[in-house]
Amino acid sequence: MAAGRTLGAQQMRALIRKHKRLDALFGLLGLLALMVGVLTLAALFAGMAIDGIPRLTGDFFTSFPSRRAGQAGILSAWVGSILVMLVTAFFAVPVGIYGAIYLEEYARKNWFTDVIEINITNLAGVPSIVYGLLALGLFVYTFGLGQSILSAGLTLALLILPIVIVTTREALRAIPVHVREGAYACGASQWQVVHDHLLPYGLPGILTGVIIGMARAIGETAPIITIGALTFIAFLPPVPFSGEPPAGVLDWLFSPFTVMPIQIFNWTSRPDPAFHQNAAAASFVLVFMTLGMNGLAIWLRYRLRKNIKW
Amino acid sequence: MSAPTITLPADSPPMKAESKALDFYYGNFKALKRVSMPVYEHKVTALIGPSGCGKSTFLRCFNRMHDLYPGNRYDGTIQLLPDAVNLLDPGVDPIEVRMRISMVFQKPNPFPKSIYENVAYGLRVRGEKSRTYLDDKVEAALKGAAIWEEVKDRLDEVATNLSGGQQQRLCIARALATDPEMLLFDEPTSALDPIATGSIEELINELKDKVSILIVTHNMQQAARVSDFVGYMYLGEMIEFGDTKEIFMKPKRRETEDYITGRFG
Repeated sequence: MAAGRTLGAQQMRALIRKHKRLDALFGLLGLLALMVGVLTLAALFAGMAIDGIPRLTGDFFTSFPSRRAGQAGILSAWVGSILVMLVTAFFAVPVGIYGAIYLEEYARKNWFTDVIEINITNLAGVPSIVYGLLALGLFVYTFGLGQSILSAGLTLALLILPIVIVTTREALRAIPVHVREGAYACGASQWQVVHDHLLPYGLPGILTGVIIGMARAIGETAPIITIGALTFIAFLPPVPFSGEPPAGVLDWLFSPFTVMPIQIFNWTSRPDPAFHQNAAAASFVLVFMTLGMNGLAIWLRYRLRKNIKW
Repeated sequence: MSAPTITLPADSPPMKAESKALDFYYGNFKALKRVSMPVYEHKVTALIGPSGCGKSTFLRCFNRMHDLYPGNRYDGTIQLLPDAVNLLDPGVDPIEVRMRISMVFQKPNPFPKSIYENVAYGLRVRGEKSRTYLDDKVEAALKGAAIWEEVKDRLDEVATNLSGGQQQRLCIARALATDPEMLLFDEPTSALDPIATGSIEELINELKDKVSILIVTHNMQQAARVSDFVGYMYLGEMIEFGDTKEIFMKPKRRETEDYITGRFG
């Protein structure tokens, strides 16, 4: 290095001080950027809690909606949400997992699987209302399933299928090659490797994907409105073998229904501020359902991964 | 390319397998060039050579591991004796080959299952359900791999909690449990400390009474210690094959000598 370019000790320290000031400045800017998001969310959540918590009595969970805000509750909404989720899981979990296994383990790599692969990622970005429109045409009218729990469950299953497929594939890919080869070297067939090794070792990741998908589905409003969920439901779907004449085992699937987000949407659009309190309380419950599911995902992953090391 | 120098021993022991003019391609890349070599029954045959010379590629032909990945292609034959079946024949199912020839990998790769289930897996794959039979086989395999005393009281524990050397011996037990005709070792001690390495080498020495062994090693001292025969490979070719003592004391080829004396590689 040329002698003229060498920094003296003083100059060097001055330069370092300047760099450190810049470091501090960018650190602060980053913190501010983060806080915009976090604080806004926290404020929203706090406002919701302040408005809503006084309404969270036992009656609120066990009452049907009502024209009088003080007597209205979310019974039909939370029952509806849970039943729709059951249907969603019943279809999305096996289809998503087997689809991912096929793509990851069985499919030959060619242009056809490339196209499928790109489209699965794209599907995750399709606006949910589009799924609603598809479901209205396909499930509600073409298959004649009506504006039912079954239609809603199938719609949300389609919606979260890409999430389940993508996370399952990631879980399978995270299993080291040498473990996979070890299984093949024992003389295992492809299905034996999948069933005895890949599925059990990938389970923590797969479950996480499923639960996160479900947490997304439980908050979806647009596609459910599109297929025609009702906003005012003062009855529960028929319990199997109940009533006169007795309901069949699967009758509840074809029942009209409402779900949490729709109930909330309905209450917010009313002029009476008392209903807004109901909406806040119901939102609070919905947020807890979602957070609860995410928490469950994290806990399950932690618990199940403890025994899986490489 | 000059013809390989293959020196067969005068009183040839019976052969277990023989590779003849084996070519292997990763896509368009030719990784093995006309590799011919015998593997003798109840002997240890070592493959040595610098990194990337194709010794692991060659080893992995013996249990058709390359079939797991697209674009790989074999040309030539590997005969397994006494029935002289060509292991590389497209009509021979790779699963059948792997049921007859076991493999131990470079990095210990126990399944994250119990010690017992690890060893029993090869038998479970074959549909074996009898608990007493499995118990006997698991015990025999663990004894064969000199790890029974260390694990007999904790067969239900997760295998991945064992030490590296124990894991590798467990993997050897897993490979032995199915009574294979041949055992492939792919640098089995490269991830282990010297003491664990010593116990694995001792084990290989004991095992050759029961099974024919082909081992890849990057460590020439190890080849000299454990093997009866050595094949030296370079750039996908078999340069020289012969009795271990001969190869190390007076190699016939200049390239082999350079490698062994450390002037190269």
